[in-house]
Amino acid sequence: MAKILDQPCYSCPMAAMRTVQSIDKALPILHSGPGCAEKLSGAVGSSGHFSPHIFPCTAISETDIVFGGAERLRETIGNALKVIDADLYVVLTSCASEIIGDDVGEVVGSFKDASKPIVFASTPGFKGNNYTGHEEVVDAIIDQYLLPAYNARDEREAIKGLVNVWASVPLHDAFWAGNYRALEGLVRELGLTPNTIFGYNHGIEDIDKVPYAQFNLVVSPWVGLENAQRLERDFGTPYLHYPNLPIGAFETSKFLRAVGEFAGVDPARVEHIITVHEREYYHYIERFADVFLETRVMATRFVTIADAQYSLALTKFLVNDMGLTPSKQYIVDGTPEAHQNQIRASFANLNYGIEATVGFSSDGYQIHHEIEEADFAGYPLILGSYWDKTIANKTHAHFIEVSWPIQERLVINGTYVGYEGGLKLLEDIYSVALTRFN
Amino acid sequence: MSINLNESSVGTRENRLGSITGYSGRLSDLVERSHCGTLGNHERCFSQSSTCNSSCGLSQLAGIRDVAVINHAPSGCTAVAPGIATLDRQMATKRGVTTDTVFIGTDMDEQDTVFGATGPLKDIVREIYRRYHPRAIFIGASCVTGIIGEDIDSVVDDLRDEIPVPLAAIHCEGFRSRIWASGFDVADQAVMTSLVKPPKQRSNKVNFKNFFESARDEIIDIFSNFDVEPTFLYVNSTVDELEHLSEAQATISICGTLGTYLGNALEEHYGVPYIRTINPLGVTGFETWLREIGKVIGKSDKVEAYIAQERAKYLPQIEKLKGELEGIRVVLGMGPGYTFEVTRVLEELGMEVVWAAAWHFDPNYDNGAVPPSMDHLLKNGSDFKLSITDQQNYEILNILDHYQPDIYLSRHPGTTVWAIKQGVPALCVTDEYMIFGYRGVLRFGNSVLDTIRNRSFEKNLAARSELPYTDWWYQQDADALMKEEL
Repeated sequence: MAKILDQPCYSCPMAAMRTVQSIDKALPILHSGPGCAEKLSGAVGSSGHFSPHIFPCTAISETDIVFGGAERLRETIGNALKVIDADLYVVLTSCASEIIGDDVGEVVGSFKDASKPIVFASTPGFKGNNYTGHEEVVDAIIDQYLLPAYNARDEREAIKGLVNVWASVPLHDAFWAGNYRALEGLVRELGLTPNTIFGYNHGIEDIDKVPYAQFNLVVSPWVGLENAQRLERDFGTPYLHYPNLPIGAFETSKFLRAVGEFAGVDPARVEHIITVHEREYYHYIERFADVFLETRVMATRFVTIADAQYSLALTKFLVNDMGLTPSKQYIVDGTPEAHQNQIRASFANLNYGIEATVGFSSDGYQIHHEIEEADFAGYPLILGSYWDKTIANKTHAHFIEVSWPIQERLVINGTYVGYEGGLKLLEDIYSVALTRFN
Repeated sequence: MSINLNESSVGTRENRLGSITGYSGRLSDLVERSHCGTLGNHERCFSQSSTCNSSCGLSQLAGIRDVAVINHAPSGCTAVAPGIATLDRQMATKRGVTTDTVFIGTDMDEQDTVFGATGPLKDIVREIYRRYHPRAIFIGASCVTGIIGEDIDSVVDDLRDEIPVPLAAIHCEGFRSRIWASGFDVADQAVMTSLVKPPKQRSNKVNFKNFFESARDEIIDIFSNFDVEPTFLYVNSTVDELEHLSEAQATISICGTLGTYLGNALEEHYGVPYIRTINPLGVTGFETWLREIGKVIGKSDKVEAYIAQERAKYLPQIEKLKGELEGIRVVLGMGPGYTFEVTRVLEELGMEVVWAAAWHFDPNYDNGAVPPSMDHLLKNGSDFKLSITDQQNYEILNILDHYQPDIYLSRHPGTTVWAIKQGVPALCVTDEYMIFGYRGVLRFGNSVLDTIRNRSFEKNLAARSELPYTDWWYQQDADALMKEEL
């Protein structure tokens, strides 16, 4: 049922056009009104090889609403194949095309002999949000592109050491590109071969390898879990669900141990990798511990207002690595109810028996009201989205934008993942803290 | 009367003005057929995504300070909220004022598409009023509400007695128009029907419709010479200011596309003269515009004195610049309110218009007349090639490839970058005041020269960019995928 979306921190399933866009030479084709892509594209960083103004779009009109838009879609796909050079075309449906009942499956099916693969995903705005839309797109690729090819093959052996990594929602998470590269780096250090389908130089060849991985690694509280379950069902690939995006030494070492154990990597090798990294990490921490400990202006309490991924990852880092104390944390990505308990449990499992309470909400006004009432024993640290700048000003908080929507900072390929990522986050937090004196 | 203020809705540009988004030909043909009323539209058998009239219209209204915009829509439509909030707050901060405007969604889900959601919508409106006490509440439609027949007008009627501030339904369903400028008109309709009050007296104000008021101080300064004070619309406007639009001495718009509905509505209903000249871009445009304003507000003497004083200061510098700009070959793509104004300035400065693209075209404005810029161009001997294309990137890149201009000029985000990837220097004329008046001509001319003289960024990127289009496409004519005229 309709509800207040005040200071929205998610958008609609069709925003998964950005998931398509993040696969090299994969092109979304939108069966929608003329402006959906621009609305969903965000302000910066959309001039890549394929970007919203390149996306074919049926630009559904009043006439199509009355008479149906299937023929217009057929002609748009046909010409997209001629005009735009892509490796994979992904047709996305919209509010309009779904309500009027266009048979998109039939239209896409009529291109089964086309020179390039074409799949479609059901992404009307009213059916979930951009996170579930991302899963829909991945699912469409598995179901309509990978599965038929897999079933047609005789040779279906898994490639030893190959690990598919599924994590951040591309482009919606400003740090997605850096996150994937950093996670790949960690997996590679364990002697495994990471396979991801998103970002620079990752495209259809990587998609083709997906069914032949030794296992799927889902580094996310909930997004992508159902895709991994599907991959297990369709291709018999086991998966490791690691809910926490690892930031900083403590969590990254835990992550390496968990993945190493699942993959059967020699524990001595894992411990050696960890030791080398931790030595360097704590060398820097030691040098700047004075800043972290003695900066008079920052309280020991913090709050995150972010998607489940960042709310959990930042909480783990700040509690388990930096020794801060969590206030109530807020998850604003519209996490489906079925996943909420599992996520709550992760927040209840912090060092020294510390438990963080979590609120799931899409109502920024209520969240800000609660933060205003909370006692942070000083000036809090608020890690959130653009929307939280106002409450940060009101509570004299230290504030950085980390989760969608990010409006007033530029992230190109930065990441907070891993050992290096933890140090980068500390740079960002204390670059804010150092602008003030108490 | 042609402008009906008894309804919350207003016809799209296509229905109201016969506006088009598909055409390829020459200026003379376009103008002639606009006068004859014989201009038809070419549909396309391939199109790329452009812009929604709802984000256009609702963002206009969200520029007003301390109001609430509620978009009755699924969450994707509210994805524009952060961008709008950022812009509004940054604009307010720049002026040293504050805005508590909010842009809210209703997060419609699948169940709502079956059963409707006017009940929850009413509760949301009530709650938003309780939370923020906005000075007005605008309730925007969406594709979903339009198709399922959600009656937003009756929601407004039902709440009118309960909520003590102006309420308006905004009919801006995404599928209703391919022309996002239709969104300007729905915003104007909401302002006219829910905020503007009949005049009690004439004020010393002029209504000044623009986008982002970057030349605010300069314009206040210019108009102080003529004893009038501009009210800038709608970014940073207040509800109080808008209530008094009917009392102004004139309405001026920086862009004919932007101003046609409000300007004509205020003139038709309240007798506020709407200044309909070519726009104040370039020397001829600026002087023609100022003289007409002088005539309308009865200050011709002061205007002439101002022009004489400014000419002495700037014309020598402009003449010098002309020598350097002479012969530069330009392709441009902009909204029609700019394309056919900027082409005039380019020719005035001795540059050559190789191809002009406009994102749509209004064969006439709301007073029934062909846009003045068109006749002005023809009268002065222009007859360049042009196309009407709703930001169809594939057509623009085809044109750039074919004509290889010295520079590409565009006004909309996400367009210039494609020119440079294809090895054509590009300048984003995104500030509506970039070419405003004498100083603007200098600013613009120098920016053009800077752009074509240091091509490092463009060359570096172009050498490493693979273009998205097939060789086949580059071998076609740019209008190859336009259908027969309807």
